[in-house]
Amino acid sequence: MFKYAPFIMALFAPLSAHAASDEDLRNLGEQIKQLQDHQQQRILQLEQQLQQNVAAPPQNVRPTGSAAAFNPAISLILGGTYGNLKQDPAMPATGFAMSANPGHEQGFNLGESELVIEANIDPQFRGVGVFAVDPAGGISAEEANVQTSALGEGLTLKMGRFFSGLGYLNSNHSHTWDFVDQPLVYAALWDNQLSEDGVQIKWLTPAAMFIEIGGEIGRGRGFPGTDRVKNGSGAGVLFAHMGDDIGIEHNWLAGVSLHQTKRVNAISDAVPDMLNTAGGVSNSFTGDSRTTGLDFIWKYAPNGNTRETHFKFLGEYFRRKENGLLTYNNTATDSYTVTQSGWYVQSTYQFVRRWRAGLRYDRLDSGTAQVGALNITNVASDYHYSPTRKTLMLDYSPSEFSRLRLQLVQDNSRQGLPDRQLFVQYIMSIGAHGAHQY
Amino acid sequence: MKKILFVVLLFASTCSHAALNIFTCEPEWAALAKELAADKADIYSATTALQDPHYIEARPSLIARARGADLVVCTGAQLEIGWLPLVLRTSGNNKIQPGNNGYFEAASYVTMLEIPARLDRADGDIHASGNSHIQTDARNFLPIADALSKRLIQLDPANTLFYHNRLQSFTQAWQAALLRWEKQATPLKGTPIIVHHNGFPYLNNWLELKQITTLEPKPGIEPSAAHLAQVLAQLQRTPARMVLRAAYHNPKSSEWIAERAKITAVMLPYTVGGTSSAIDLFTLFDDTIQRLLVGLK
Repeated sequence: MFKYAPFIMALFAPLSAHAASDEDLRNLGEQIKQLQDHQQQRILQLEQQLQQNVAAPPQNVRPTGSAAAFNPAISLILGGTYGNLKQDPAMPATGFAMSANPGHEQGFNLGESELVIEANIDPQFRGVGVFAVDPAGGISAEEANVQTSALGEGLTLKMGRFFSGLGYLNSNHSHTWDFVDQPLVYAALWDNQLSEDGVQIKWLTPAAMFIEIGGEIGRGRGFPGTDRVKNGSGAGVLFAHMGDDIGIEHNWLAGVSLHQTKRVNAISDAVPDMLNTAGGVSNSFTGDSRTTGLDFIWKYAPNGNTRETHFKFLGEYFRRKENGLLTYNNTATDSYTVTQSGWYVQSTYQFVRRWRAGLRYDRLDSGTAQVGALNITNVASDYHYSPTRKTLMLDYSPSEFSRLRLQLVQDNSRQGLPDRQLFVQYIMSIGAHGAHQY
Repeated sequence: MKKILFVVLLFASTCSHAALNIFTCEPEWAALAKELAADKADIYSATTALQDPHYIEARPSLIARARGADLVVCTGAQLEIGWLPLVLRTSGNNKIQPGNNGYFEAASYVTMLEIPARLDRADGDIHASGNSHIQTDARNFLPIADALSKRLIQLDPANTLFYHNRLQSFTQAWQAALLRWEKQATPLKGTPIIVHHNGFPYLNNWLELKQITTLEPKPGIEPSAAHLAQVLAQLQRTPARMVLRAAYHNPKSSEWIAERAKITAVMLPYTVGGTSSAIDLFTLFDDTIQRLLVGLK
């Protein structure tokens, strides 16, 4: 009886509002009895249902007799691009001939297809392999690493090959980029993305807001490193990120990074010189390279519902100081110090479901080099030119798994050789559901 | 009883700070945790009723919240597959990893509907373990509350008695409310409806609504003009009374069809906070049924 008391009280609540006569009370007594009978039946039904529900075993437990039951999550990213360029993409940005120049592909090309395989290894470790399928044939390991999953205390340790955690865009795979290509500063200073073979440790502080500190040491595999092939570490990275929500509609992330490596016999070909040597010369640099970076992202979605419309603003700045000895065209060697920098700002706006538009502005500064006396008449110290680029993007995503993109570019990264570029791209994924990375 | 008291005393002496940190994925689980744990827990909801819980990014704030959580309570059934695994992985918090005591999936405790016979993305964004919108059937909260309460006791045995009593009073109040809602909803029985997204099978099953079609051609695929025209043609053959959508769905498509098919567009809170009246689990269903009844008129 005690069990049903709340029902009866609940039923009485509306009735007790007015004073009741004797007759009312008698009628009520009958009504209550009827209701009680009905309720008891109903409760029996409910209890039966409840038992059925509770007794229901976990769903979808398939027989695990076969070895295939432990198959990891597999997804394949398919991408292809059509590029229409007026200038030779092998030409580097003015003043950056001794930096990386990943360039673009002209005409139809397969772009990058990626095979991603990931799973827990055991309660302690998780493994990830990302294999890029080269259009010309062959497969390269873009990422192949294990990471701890049970260290706790906010600590995560990663070992193997991974994209460095510096900056914001660096660790994002190409299929998640908002534009066909990376910003100029990433292309010139990181050869698009800094990849490292080594160890990364990240610590997420217990603070209420997101504050993460990380460090990496590795062999210095990715540009500007020169792939150290002896004991010890060839490159180190330190980074910190902090971020939070502001209300439910705004959120942000900001970070600082520091990268340091020692470059040994880093050879650059086709470098223009003061003598205007045809085809350029081949220079070799040995020295320290230190890069600092700042990144900032702000996102906004009305009601926090990113599915309808959302806006994203992103900016990064990198500054690299190189200090060492430069050998000019296999002849004279003398000191060489230069500070180069670059930045970009970009924003994307999903103005209606499925459709996004994006704008990006890039700028590089090749700096003024201090060239040693032996090379002062050979090596250019100042190019008096700031490479810039403006990019416009429109993409359409019929579903979460497919995207089609059009990109128009006004490229002034090479002095006297302005370029108008057009790209058409598709990016699709099959297999396991991808992660919605911030 | 003696045993419980002993346990209570034992733990009361060892841990003075007992507030559990609960990270919930959706507001309905935050509300349920509140019913069951009251002030014994700090409860956070990763999403609001105006956000589509499938399309969330692993934002820094979510990762920071997960870092300090003792318990994660989510729907599961792949509803949060795009962001929760990433949040859990980057949180560096061992307690809340799947398989550990700090990870709770509500969908494991109810009977799933619409488990697809074939898994093919040509069928849209379907989930292998069935339709994940389990919170629209009020009956589902009973087994989930039972399991969640047990989990709270596991994690915070010092308050065993408290959780036990909370569960008992919640269960009684919920059973009473179920009777009330089912009685109120009698006129809805057999009502033909259409829906924006196929997110109401549990509600349909509970209140015996008859779903004719969906505005989305496939789950997660936007309603196109061509498909809406088809739906309109279908409604002329098989009329429906109303078109349902969740608070976070774009109203355009359902209003378009409602106007042309002369039916009522009904926005349901879908979860706690979806409307100004749906402030807890009880008012969520009060308001849901009220809105359906108004839609019927």
